[in-house]
Amino acid sequence: MSATASPAYPTTWRPPSLFGSRRRRFIFWAAVVAYVIWSVSDLNIDGNRILAGLPRALDIFARMVPPDFSRWEMLLSGMLESIQIAIASTIVGALLAIPIGLAAAANLSPRPLYLLARGFIVVGRTFHEVIIAIFFVKLFGFGPVAGLLTLAVSSAIFLGKMLAEDIENMKEGPVEAIRATGASFGQVVGYAVVPQVMVKQLGVLIYRLDANLRHSTVIGIVGAGGIGQTLSASFSRYDFDFSSAILLTIAALVALGEWFSDWARRRLR
Amino acid sequence: MTAPSGMPLLRIEALEKTYPTGKRALAGVDVTIDRPQVVAIIGSSGAGKSTLIRCINRLVEPTAGRILLNGGDIVALDRKGLRAARRRIGMIFQEYNLVERLTVMQNVLSGRLGYVGLIASLRYRFPAEDIQAAFALLDRVGLDGYHNQRADALSGGQRQRVGIARALMQRPDLLLLDEPTASLDPKTARQIMRLVRELVSERQTPAIINIHDVALAKAYSDRIIGLRDGIVVFDDGPAELTDEVLSVIYGDEDWTLPGEGDDEPATALSSAS
Repeated sequence: MSATASPAYPTTWRPPSLFGSRRRRFIFWAAVVAYVIWSVSDLNIDGNRILAGLPRALDIFARMVPPDFSRWEMLLSGMLESIQIAIASTIVGALLAIPIGLAAAANLSPRPLYLLARGFIVVGRTFHEVIIAIFFVKLFGFGPVAGLLTLAVSSAIFLGKMLAEDIENMKEGPVEAIRATGASFGQVVGYAVVPQVMVKQLGVLIYRLDANLRHSTVIGIVGAGGIGQTLSASFSRYDFDFSSAILLTIAALVALGEWFSDWARRRLR
Repeated sequence: MTAPSGMPLLRIEALEKTYPTGKRALAGVDVTIDRPQVVAIIGSSGAGKSTLIRCINRLVEPTAGRILLNGGDIVALDRKGLRAARRRIGMIFQEYNLVERLTVMQNVLSGRLGYVGLIASLRYRFPAEDIQAAFALLDRVGLDGYHNQRADALSGGQRQRVGIARALMQRPDLLLLDEPTASLDPKTARQIMRLVRELVSERQTPAIINIHDVALAKAYSDRIIGLRDGIVVFDDGPAELTDEVLSVIYGDEDWTLPGEGDDEPATALSSAS
Protein backbone atom coordinates (compact mmCIF):
# COMPACT_ATOMS: atom_id res chain seq x y z
CA MET A 1 0.00 0.00 0.00
CA SER A 2 1.55 3.33 -1.04
CA ALA A 3 0.71 6.50 0.89
CA THR A 4 -0.25 8.57 -2.16
CA ALA A 5 -3.99 9.34 -2.23
CA SER A 6 -5.88 7.98 -5.19
CA PRO A 7 -7.76 10.71 -7.13
CA ALA A 8 -10.64 8.26 -7.66
CA TYR A 9 -11.81 8.59 -4.05
CA PRO A 10 -14.16 11.48 -3.14
CA THR A 11 -12.71 14.28 -1.03
CA THR A 12 -15.96 15.60 0.43
CA TRP A 13 -18.44 13.83 2.65
CA ARG A 14 -21.60 14.98 4.43
CA PRO A 15 -23.73 12.90 6.81
CA PRO A 16 -26.94 11.63 5.20
CA SER A 17 -29.75 14.16 5.66
CA LEU A 18 -32.71 13.38 7.91
CA PHE A 19 -35.05 14.17 5.02
CA GLY A 20 -33.25 12.18 2.34
CA SER A 21 -33.11 14.98 -0.24
CA ARG A 22 -33.18 18.79 -0.47
CA ARG A 23 -36.56 18.63 -2.19
CA ARG A 24 -38.13 16.68 0.65
CA ARG A 25 -36.64 19.08 3.20
CA PHE A 26 -38.17 22.02 1.34
CA ILE A 27 -41.60 20.30 1.20
CA PHE A 28 -41.45 19.59 4.94
CA TRP A 29 -40.69 23.19 5.95
CA ALA A 30 -43.23 24.57 3.46
CA ALA A 31 -45.88 22.37 5.05
CA VAL A 32 -44.94 23.58 8.55
CA VAL A 33 -45.21 27.27 7.52
CA ALA A 34 -48.53 26.68 5.72
CA TYR A 35 -49.95 24.94 8.79
CA VAL A 36 -48.97 27.76 11.16
CA ILE A 37 -50.54 30.39 8.87
CA TRP A 38 -53.76 28.36 8.51
CA SER A 39 -54.14 27.63 12.24
CA VAL A 40 -53.57 31.26 13.31
CA SER A 41 -56.18 32.48 10.78
CA ASP A 42 -58.63 29.73 11.78
CA LEU A 43 -58.59 30.28 15.57
CA ASN A 44 -60.24 33.75 15.34
CA ILE A 45 -57.62 35.30 17.57
CA ASP A 46 -59.33 38.55 18.57
CA GLY A 47 -56.81 41.25 19.40
CA ASN A 48 -59.45 43.46 21.02
CA ARG A 49 -60.44 40.82 23.54
CA ILE A 50 -56.82 40.30 24.55
CA LEU A 51 -56.36 44.08 24.93
CA ALA A 52 -59.55 44.35 27.04
CA GLY A 53 -58.26 41.62 29.36
CA LEU A 54 -55.06 43.45 30.21
CA PRO A 55 -56.59 46.13 32.50
CA ARG A 56 -58.62 43.42 34.25
CA ALA A 57 -55.40 41.53 34.87
CA LEU A 58 -53.82 44.66 36.35
CA ASP A 59 -56.88 45.09 38.59
CA ILE A 60 -56.67 41.50 39.87
CA PHE A 61 -52.93 41.84 40.47
CA ALA A 62 -53.55 45.09 42.36
CA ARG A 63 -56.10 43.42 44.61
CA MET A 64 -53.70 40.50 45.22
CA VAL A 65 -51.21 42.83 46.89
CA PRO A 66 -50.62 42.66 49.75
CA PRO A 67 -51.32 38.94 50.27
CA ASP A 68 -53.63 38.29 53.18
CA PHE A 69 -52.23 35.71 55.58
CA SER A 70 -54.77 36.48 58.33
CA ARG A 71 -56.67 33.22 57.72
CA TRP A 72 -53.46 31.22 58.17
CA GLU A 73 -55.19 28.42 60.07
CA MET A 74 -57.36 27.63 57.06
CA LEU A 75 -54.31 27.91 54.80
CA LEU A 76 -52.24 25.63 57.02
CA SER A 77 -54.90 22.93 57.31
CA GLY A 78 -55.37 22.97 53.51
CA MET A 79 -51.64 22.68 52.92
CA LEU A 80 -51.29 19.83 55.43
CA GLU A 81 -54.14 18.01 53.75
CA SER A 82 -52.42 18.39 50.38
CA ILE A 83 -49.12 17.09 51.78
CA GLN A 84 -50.89 14.14 53.39
CA ILE A 85 -52.65 13.33 50.11
CA ALA A 86 -49.32 13.49 48.26
CA ILE A 87 -47.43 11.22 50.66
CA ALA A 88 -50.20 8.66 51.15
CA SER A 89 -50.98 8.44 47.43
CA THR A 90 -47.29 7.97 46.58
CA ILE A 91 -47.01 5.07 49.02
CA VAL A 92 -50.23 3.39 47.83
CA GLY A 93 -49.27 4.03 44.19
CA ALA A 94 -45.80 2.52 44.67
CA LEU A 95 -47.26 -0.67 46.16
CA LEU A 96 -49.76 -1.00 43.31
CA ALA A 97 -47.01 -0.25 40.75
CA ILE A 98 -45.01 -3.39 41.62
CA PRO A 99 -47.49 -5.94 40.18
CA ILE A 100 -48.34 -3.59 37.29
CA GLY A 101 -44.66 -3.10 36.41
CA LEU A 102 -43.81 -6.81 36.58
CA ALA A 103 -46.84 -7.72 34.46
CA ALA A 104 -46.06 -5.03 31.89
CA ALA A 105 -42.40 -6.05 31.36
CA ALA A 106 -42.21 -7.99 28.09
CA ASN A 107 -39.15 -9.97 29.13
CA LEU A 108 -40.69 -11.35 32.34
CA SER A 109 -44.41 -11.56 31.79
CA PRO A 110 -46.34 -14.04 29.64
CA ARG A 111 -47.74 -12.48 26.47
CA PRO A 112 -51.47 -12.23 27.40
CA LEU A 113 -50.74 -10.74 30.83
CA TYR A 114 -48.25 -8.32 29.25
CA LEU A 115 -50.84 -7.09 26.74
CA LEU A 116 -53.46 -6.70 29.48
CA ALA A 117 -51.10 -4.70 31.69
CA ARG A 118 -49.87 -2.51 28.81
CA GLY A 119 -53.48 -1.87 27.78
CA PHE A 120 -54.33 -0.83 31.33
CA ILE A 121 -51.36 1.56 31.37
CA VAL A 122 -52.24 3.07 27.98
CA VAL A 123 -55.88 3.64 28.95
CA GLY A 124 -54.91 4.97 32.37
CA ARG A 125 -52.41 7.44 30.94
CA THR A 126 -54.98 8.76 28.48
CA PHE A 127 -56.74 10.61 31.28
CA HIS A 128 -55.19 13.56 33.04
CA GLU A 129 -55.21 13.60 36.85
CA VAL A 130 -57.92 16.28 36.84
CA ILE A 131 -60.27 14.11 34.79
CA ILE A 132 -59.70 11.11 37.08
CA ALA A 133 -60.31 13.45 40.04
CA ILE A 134 -63.65 14.65 38.61
CA PHE A 135 -64.67 11.00 38.23
CA PHE A 136 -63.66 10.07 41.79
CA VAL A 137 -65.37 13.16 43.23
CA LYS A 138 -68.58 11.97 41.55
CA LEU A 139 -68.05 8.49 43.04
CA PHE A 140 -66.92 9.28 46.58
CA GLY A 141 -68.05 12.89 47.08
CA PHE A 142 -66.04 16.04 47.81
CA GLY A 143 -62.96 15.74 49.99
CA PRO A 144 -59.49 14.29 50.37
CA VAL A 145 -60.50 10.64 49.82
CA ALA A 146 -61.23 11.39 46.16
CA GLY A 147 -57.90 13.24 45.86
CA LEU A 148 -55.95 10.44 47.49
CA LEU A 149 -57.48 7.80 45.21
CA THR A 150 -56.91 9.94 42.12
CA LEU A 151 -53.21 10.40 42.77
CA ALA A 152 -52.78 6.80 43.96
CA VAL A 153 -54.20 5.49 40.68
CA SER A 154 -52.25 7.85 38.45
CA SER A 155 -49.04 7.25 40.47
CA ALA A 156 -49.49 3.48 40.21
CA ILE A 157 -49.83 3.74 36.43
CA PHE A 158 -46.89 6.13 36.06
CA LEU A 159 -44.58 4.21 38.41
CA GLY A 160 -45.70 0.89 36.91
CA LYS A 161 -44.81 2.09 33.42
CA MET A 162 -41.41 3.37 34.55
CA LEU A 163 -40.72 0.10 36.39
CA ALA A 164 -41.75 -2.00 33.38
CA GLU A 165 -39.50 0.01 31.07
CA ASP A 166 -36.58 -0.24 33.48
CA ILE A 167 -37.05 -4.00 33.76
CA GLU A 168 -37.13 -4.31 29.96
CA ASN A 169 -33.85 -2.35 29.71
CA MET A 170 -31.98 -4.29 32.38
CA LYS A 171 -29.17 -6.66 31.49
CA GLU A 172 -30.53 -10.06 30.48
CA GLY A 173 -27.34 -11.94 31.45
CA PRO A 174 -27.71 -11.94 35.25
CA VAL A 175 -31.37 -13.00 34.86
CA GLU A 176 -30.27 -15.91 32.69
CA ALA A 177 -27.55 -16.82 35.18
CA ILE A 178 -29.89 -16.83 38.19
CA ARG A 179 -32.49 -18.79 36.22
CA ALA A 180 -29.77 -21.33 35.29
CA THR A 181 -29.15 -22.08 38.99
CA GLY A 182 -32.68 -23.50 39.24
CA ALA A 183 -34.10 -20.47 41.05
CA SER A 184 -37.86 -19.87 41.17
CA PHE A 185 -39.52 -16.84 39.53
CA GLY A 186 -39.64 -14.99 42.86
CA GLN A 187 -35.94 -15.63 43.42
CA VAL A 188 -35.08 -14.47 39.90
CA VAL A 189 -36.93 -11.21 40.64
CA GLY A 190 -35.30 -10.85 44.05
CA TYR A 191 -31.73 -11.66 42.97
CA ALA A 192 -31.46 -10.45 39.38
CA VAL A 193 -34.24 -7.90 38.72
CA VAL A 194 -34.52 -5.91 41.96
CA PRO A 195 -30.78 -5.23 42.34
CA GLN A 196 -30.67 -3.92 38.77
CA VAL A 197 -33.68 -1.59 38.95
CA MET A 198 -33.77 -0.57 42.65
CA VAL A 199 -31.68 2.61 42.62
CA LYS A 200 -33.33 4.11 39.54
CA GLN A 201 -36.81 3.23 40.78
CA LEU A 202 -36.16 4.93 44.14
CA GLY A 203 -35.21 8.04 42.17
CA VAL A 204 -38.41 7.80 40.14
CA LEU A 205 -40.42 7.33 43.35
CA ILE A 206 -38.98 10.51 44.87
CA TYR A 207 -39.67 12.38 41.64
CA ARG A 208 -43.27 11.15 41.77
CA LEU A 209 -43.64 12.30 45.39
CA ASP A 210 -42.55 15.75 44.25
CA ALA A 211 -44.97 15.60 41.30
CA ASN A 212 -47.82 14.44 43.56
CA LEU A 213 -47.19 17.43 45.81
CA ARG A 214 -47.79 19.70 42.80
CA HIS A 215 -50.77 17.70 41.53
CA SER A 216 -52.40 17.63 44.97
CA THR A 217 -52.60 21.44 44.95
CA VAL A 218 -54.41 21.35 41.58
CA ILE A 219 -56.93 18.53 41.90
CA GLY A 220 -58.51 20.31 44.87
CA ILE A 221 -59.93 22.79 42.37
CA VAL A 222 -62.37 20.11 41.16
CA GLY A 223 -63.30 19.28 44.76
CA ALA A 224 -60.81 16.55 45.61
CA GLY A 225 -59.63 18.14 48.88
CA GLY A 226 -56.45 19.89 49.91
CA ILE A 227 -55.28 23.47 49.37
CA GLY A 228 -56.63 23.55 45.81
CA GLN A 229 -60.17 23.45 47.15
CA THR A 230 -59.41 26.44 49.39
CA LEU A 231 -57.80 28.28 46.46
CA SER A 232 -60.77 27.64 44.19
CA ALA A 233 -63.19 28.91 46.86
CA SER A 234 -61.17 32.10 47.38
CA PHE A 235 -61.15 32.86 43.64
CA SER A 236 -64.89 32.41 43.30
CA ARG A 237 -65.42 34.78 46.28
CA TYR A 238 -63.07 37.37 44.72
CA ASP A 239 -60.80 37.09 47.80
CA PHE A 240 -57.81 37.78 45.60
CA ASP A 241 -55.54 38.80 48.48
CA PHE A 242 -56.17 35.43 50.15
CA SER A 243 -55.69 33.71 46.79
CA SER A 244 -52.27 35.29 46.42
CA ALA A 245 -51.32 34.15 49.93
CA ILE A 246 -52.29 30.60 48.96
CA LEU A 247 -50.38 30.79 45.66
CA LEU A 248 -47.24 32.03 47.39
CA THR A 249 -47.46 29.21 49.91
CA ILE A 250 -47.93 26.63 47.13
CA ALA A 251 -44.95 28.04 45.27
CA ALA A 252 -42.84 27.81 48.41
CA LEU A 253 -43.96 24.24 49.06
CA VAL A 254 -43.32 23.10 45.48
CA ALA A 255 -39.88 24.71 45.52
CA LEU A 256 -39.15 22.94 48.79
CA GLY A 257 -40.38 19.65 47.33
CA GLU A 258 -38.22 20.05 44.26
CA TRP A 259 -35.19 20.87 46.33
CA PHE A 260 -35.79 17.79 48.48
CA SER A 261 -36.30 15.63 45.37
CA ASP A 262 -33.05 16.84 43.82
CA TRP A 263 -31.14 16.36 47.04
CA ALA A 264 -32.50 12.89 47.69
CA ARG A 265 -31.90 11.67 44.13
CA ARG A 266 -28.36 13.03 44.13
CA ARG A 267 -27.65 11.06 47.30
CA LEU A 268 -28.89 7.82 45.70
CA ARG A 269 -26.17 7.73 43.09
CA MET B 1 -21.50 -38.05 41.16
CA THR B 2 -21.21 -41.12 38.96
CA ALA B 3 -24.14 -42.16 36.80
CA PRO B 4 -26.00 -45.45 37.35
CA SER B 5 -24.13 -48.39 35.84
CA GLY B 6 -24.22 -48.45 32.08
CA MET B 7 -25.91 -45.05 31.88
CA PRO B 8 -23.72 -42.24 30.53
CA LEU B 9 -23.82 -39.02 32.53
CA LEU B 10 -25.01 -36.96 29.58
CA ARG B 11 -26.43 -38.28 26.35
CA ILE B 12 -27.72 -35.95 23.65
CA GLU B 13 -29.77 -37.69 20.96
CA ALA B 14 -30.84 -36.21 17.62
CA LEU B 15 -31.07 -32.70 19.09
CA GLU B 16 -32.59 -30.11 16.78
CA LYS B 17 -33.35 -26.43 17.22
CA THR B 18 -35.07 -24.18 14.72
CA TYR B 19 -35.59 -20.59 15.88
CA PRO B 20 -38.88 -18.75 15.18
CA THR B 21 -36.97 -16.74 12.56
CA GLY B 22 -36.55 -20.00 10.61
CA LYS B 23 -32.84 -20.30 11.33
CA ARG B 24 -31.88 -23.94 11.86
CA ALA B 25 -29.21 -23.76 14.56
CA LEU B 26 -28.97 -27.47 15.38
CA ALA B 27 -29.71 -30.15 12.80
CA GLY B 28 -29.49 -33.44 14.65
CA VAL B 29 -26.67 -33.47 17.22
CA ASP B 30 -25.59 -36.64 19.05
CA VAL B 31 -23.08 -36.36 21.88
CA THR B 32 -22.36 -38.72 24.77
CA ILE B 33 -20.27 -37.77 27.78
CA ASP B 34 -19.52 -40.62 30.16
CA ARG B 35 -16.41 -39.43 31.98
CA PRO B 36 -15.43 -36.35 34.01
CA GLN B 37 -13.50 -34.65 31.21
CA VAL B 38 -13.19 -31.22 29.65
CA VAL B 39 -15.06 -31.19 26.34
CA ALA B 40 -14.44 -28.18 24.11
CA ILE B 41 -16.95 -27.24 21.42
CA ILE B 42 -15.48 -25.25 18.54
CA GLY B 43 -16.99 -23.84 15.36
CA SER B 44 -17.64 -20.55 13.58
CA SER B 45 -20.07 -17.96 14.91
CA GLY B 46 -23.54 -19.21 14.10
CA ALA B 47 -22.51 -22.87 13.97
CA GLY B 48 -24.82 -23.62 16.92
CA LYS B 49 -22.32 -23.77 19.82
CA SER B 50 -24.24 -21.43 22.07
CA THR B 51 -27.59 -22.98 21.13
CA LEU B 52 -26.30 -26.47 21.95
CA ILE B 53 -25.04 -25.50 25.38
CA ARG B 54 -28.21 -23.54 26.19
CA CYS B 55 -30.44 -26.43 25.15
CA ILE B 56 -28.83 -28.63 27.81
CA ASN B 57 -30.31 -26.53 30.64
CA ARG B 58 -33.18 -25.36 28.43
CA LEU B 59 -32.39 -21.65 28.51
CA VAL B 60 -33.20 -22.35 24.85
CA GLU B 61 -36.07 -24.79 24.18
CA PRO B 62 -35.03 -27.60 21.80
CA THR B 63 -37.30 -28.27 18.82
CA ALA B 64 -36.72 -32.04 18.77
CA GLY B 65 -34.49 -34.70 20.31
CA ARG B 66 -33.65 -35.93 23.79
CA ILE B 67 -31.16 -34.79 26.42
CA LEU B 68 -30.58 -37.48 29.03
CA LEU B 69 -28.85 -36.28 32.20
CA ASN B 70 -28.22 -39.28 34.49
CA GLY B 71 -30.81 -41.14 32.43
CA GLY B 72 -33.66 -38.60 32.82
CA ASP B 73 -34.85 -36.66 29.76
CA ILE B 74 -34.49 -32.91 30.40
CA VAL B 75 -36.54 -32.01 27.33
CA ALA B 76 -39.62 -33.78 28.75
CA LEU B 77 -39.52 -32.06 32.15
CA ASP B 78 -42.24 -29.70 33.40
CA ARG B 79 -41.30 -26.37 35.02
CA LYS B 80 -40.79 -27.80 38.48
CA GLY B 81 -38.77 -30.75 37.19
CA LEU B 82 -36.71 -28.39 35.04
CA ARG B 83 -35.84 -26.23 38.05
CA ALA B 84 -34.68 -29.38 39.89
CA ALA B 85 -32.58 -30.41 36.86
CA ARG B 86 -31.03 -26.94 36.52
CA ARG B 87 -29.77 -27.20 40.10
CA ARG B 88 -27.62 -30.11 38.92
CA ILE B 89 -26.09 -28.09 36.04
CA GLY B 90 -23.71 -25.21 36.72
CA MET B 91 -23.31 -22.52 34.05
CA ILE B 92 -20.53 -20.01 33.44
CA PHE B 93 -20.95 -17.16 30.96
CA GLN B 94 -18.84 -15.01 28.64
CA GLU B 95 -19.94 -11.74 30.26
CA TYR B 96 -19.79 -13.38 33.73
CA ASN B 97 -23.44 -12.37 34.28
CA LEU B 98 -22.89 -11.43 37.90
CA VAL B 99 -25.46 -9.19 39.53
CA GLU B 100 -23.25 -6.13 39.68
CA ARG B 101 -24.84 -4.28 42.57
CA LEU B 102 -24.64 -7.30 44.84
CA THR B 103 -21.57 -8.38 46.79
CA VAL B 104 -19.31 -11.25 45.79
CA MET B 105 -20.81 -13.35 48.60
CA GLN B 106 -24.40 -12.66 47.49
CA ASN B 107 -23.46 -13.68 43.95
CA VAL B 108 -21.76 -16.88 45.10
CA LEU B 109 -24.63 -17.81 47.43
CA SER B 110 -27.12 -17.36 44.58
CA GLY B 111 -25.79 -20.72 43.36
CA ARG B 112 -27.78 -22.27 46.23
CA LEU B 113 -31.10 -20.59 45.35
CA GLY B 114 -32.59 -23.86 44.11
CA TYR B 115 -32.24 -25.31 47.61
CA VAL B 116 -33.46 -22.38 49.74
CA GLY B 117 -37.04 -21.12 50.13
CA LEU B 118 -38.09 -17.77 48.66
CA ILE B 119 -38.45 -15.85 51.94
CA ALA B 120 -35.22 -17.23 53.42
CA SER B 121 -33.32 -16.43 50.21
CA LEU B 122 -34.65 -12.86 50.04
CA ARG B 123 -33.44 -12.37 53.62
CA TYR B 124 -30.09 -13.99 52.74
CA ARG B 125 -30.62 -16.67 55.37
CA PHE B 126 -28.57 -19.52 53.92
CA PRO B 127 -27.68 -22.71 55.83
CA ALA B 128 -24.38 -22.62 57.71
CA GLU B 129 -22.82 -25.29 55.49
CA ASP B 130 -23.63 -23.23 52.38
CA ILE B 131 -21.90 -20.18 53.84
CA GLN B 132 -18.91 -22.29 54.82
CA ALA B 133 -18.80 -23.82 51.33
CA ALA B 134 -18.96 -20.33 49.79
CA PHE B 135 -15.97 -19.10 51.80
CA ALA B 136 -14.06 -22.29 50.93
CA LEU B 137 -14.83 -21.88 47.22
CA LEU B 138 -13.80 -18.22 47.21
CA ASP B 139 -10.51 -19.28 48.77
CA ARG B 140 -10.13 -22.05 46.14
CA VAL B 141 -10.67 -19.72 43.17
CA GLY B 142 -8.22 -17.21 44.66
CA LEU B 143 -10.63 -14.60 45.99
CA ASP B 144 -10.16 -15.07 49.73
CA GLY B 145 -11.20 -11.89 51.51
CA TYR B 146 -13.22 -10.48 48.61
CA HIS B 147 -16.62 -11.60 49.95
CA ASN B 148 -17.92 -8.12 50.79
CA GLN B 149 -16.65 -6.43 47.59
CA ARG B 150 -19.31 -5.41 45.15
CA ALA B 151 -19.18 -7.44 41.93
CA ASP B 152 -18.80 -4.31 39.78
CA ALA B 153 -15.60 -3.42 41.64
CA LEU B 154 -13.80 -6.53 40.34
CA SER B 155 -11.63 -7.04 37.26
CA GLY B 156 -12.78 -9.33 34.44
CA GLY B 157 -10.71 -12.28 35.61
CA GLN B 158 -11.91 -11.85 39.19
CA ARG B 159 -15.52 -11.65 38.03
CA GLN B 160 -15.15 -14.88 36.10
CA ARG B 161 -13.72 -16.52 39.23
CA VAL B 162 -16.86 -15.43 41.10
CA GLY B 163 -18.92 -16.88 38.22
CA ILE B 164 -17.07 -20.18 38.59
CA ALA B 165 -17.61 -20.18 42.36
CA ARG B 166 -21.32 -19.49 41.85
CA ALA B 167 -21.65 -22.42 39.44
CA LEU B 168 -19.71 -24.76 41.76
CA MET B 169 -21.90 -23.76 44.73
CA GLN B 170 -24.61 -25.79 43.03
CA ARG B 171 -22.44 -28.93 43.46
CA PRO B 172 -23.32 -29.66 39.85
CA ASP B 173 -23.16 -32.98 37.97
CA LEU B 174 -22.23 -31.05 34.84
CA LEU B 175 -20.63 -27.69 34.09
CA LEU B 176 -21.57 -25.62 31.04
CA LEU B 177 -19.20 -22.82 30.02
CA ASP B 178 -20.27 -20.44 27.28
CA GLU B 179 -17.16 -18.67 25.91
CA PRO B 180 -15.74 -18.24 29.43
CA THR B 181 -12.53 -16.58 28.21
CA ALA B 182 -13.73 -14.50 25.26
CA SER B 183 -13.86 -11.28 27.32
CA LEU B 184 -10.50 -11.83 29.00
CA ASP B 185 -6.92 -11.01 28.08
CA PRO B 186 -4.76 -13.98 26.92
CA LYS B 187 -2.97 -14.48 30.22
CA THR B 188 -6.15 -14.33 32.33
CA ALA B 189 -7.85 -16.60 29.81
CA ARG B 190 -5.19 -19.26 30.35
CA GLN B 191 -5.42 -18.89 34.13
CA ILE B 192 -9.19 -19.36 34.00
CA MET B 193 -8.90 -22.40 31.72
CA ARG B 194 -6.30 -23.93 34.01
CA LEU B 195 -8.55 -23.32 37.02
CA VAL B 196 -11.49 -24.95 35.25
CA ARG B 197 -9.37 -27.94 34.33
CA GLU B 198 -8.14 -28.37 37.91
CA LEU B 199 -11.66 -28.10 39.29
CA VAL B 200 -13.00 -30.64 36.79
CA SER B 201 -10.49 -33.24 37.98
CA GLU B 202 -10.81 -32.29 41.68
CA ARG B 203 -14.58 -32.58 41.65
CA GLN B 204 -14.85 -35.27 38.98
CA THR B 205 -17.45 -33.12 37.20
CA PRO B 206 -17.44 -33.04 33.39
CA ALA B 207 -17.40 -29.62 31.71
CA ILE B 208 -18.62 -28.59 28.25
CA ILE B 209 -16.89 -25.44 27.04
CA ASN B 210 -17.83 -23.34 24.02
CA ILE B 211 -14.67 -21.67 22.89
CA HIS B 212 -13.50 -19.60 19.93
CA ASP B 213 -9.81 -19.92 20.62
CA VAL B 214 -8.60 -23.15 18.98
CA ALA B 215 -5.20 -22.98 20.69
CA LEU B 216 -6.82 -22.74 24.14
CA ALA B 217 -9.18 -25.58 23.25
CA LYS B 218 -6.28 -27.82 22.21
CA ALA B 219 -4.21 -26.93 25.28
CA TYR B 220 -6.86 -27.40 27.97
CA SER B 221 -9.38 -29.98 26.79
CA ASP B 222 -9.52 -33.77 26.76
CA ARG B 223 -11.87 -33.91 23.81
CA ILE B 224 -12.95 -31.52 21.07
CA ILE B 225 -16.27 -31.42 19.25
CA GLY B 226 -16.41 -29.44 16.01
CA LEU B 227 -19.77 -28.00 14.96
CA ARG B 228 -20.59 -26.73 11.48
CA ASP B 229 -24.07 -25.57 10.48
CA GLY B 230 -25.64 -27.38 13.42
CA ILE B 231 -23.98 -30.75 12.77
CA VAL B 232 -21.11 -32.47 14.59
CA VAL B 233 -18.28 -32.73 12.03
CA PHE B 234 -15.51 -33.67 14.45
CA ASP B 235 -15.45 -35.47 17.81
CA ASP B 236 -12.05 -36.68 19.01
CA GLY B 237 -9.01 -35.90 21.12
CA PRO B 238 -7.16 -32.58 20.65
CA ALA B 239 -4.22 -34.37 19.03
CA GLU B 240 -6.44 -35.35 16.09
CA LEU B 241 -7.39 -31.74 15.37
CA THR B 242 -5.33 -31.26 12.22
CA ASP B 243 -5.35 -28.38 9.73
CA GLU B 244 -7.53 -30.50 7.42
CA VAL B 245 -10.08 -30.93 10.22
CA LEU B 246 -10.01 -27.19 10.95
CA SER B 247 -10.85 -26.57 7.29
CA VAL B 248 -13.81 -28.95 7.63
CA ILE B 249 -15.04 -27.08 10.72
CA TYR B 250 -14.36 -23.48 9.73
CA GLY B 251 -14.03 -23.63 5.95
CA ASP B 252 -10.90 -23.18 3.86
CA GLU B 253 -8.21 -20.98 5.33
CA ASP B 254 -4.45 -21.07 5.52
CA TRP B 255 -3.90 -22.55 9.02
CA THR B 256 -0.14 -21.97 9.07
CA LEU B 257 1.25 -19.11 11.14
CA PRO B 258 -0.17 -15.68 10.29
CA GLY B 259 2.12 -13.38 8.27
CA GLU B 260 3.49 -16.20 6.13
CA GLY B 261 2.06 -17.18 2.77
CA ASP B 262 0.39 -13.79 2.34
CA ASP B 263 -0.78 -14.55 -1.19
CA GLU B 264 -4.42 -13.72 -0.41
CA PRO B 265 -5.40 -10.18 0.76
CA ALA B 266 -6.95 -10.21 4.24
CA THR B 267 -9.93 -8.19 3.05
CA ALA B 268 -11.08 -10.91 0.64
CA LEU B 269 -13.97 -12.80 2.22
CA SER B 270 -13.22 -16.46 2.82
CA SER B 271 -15.61 -19.03 1.41
CA ALA B 272 -16.86 -19.87 4.92
CA SER B 273 -20.31 -18.55 5.74
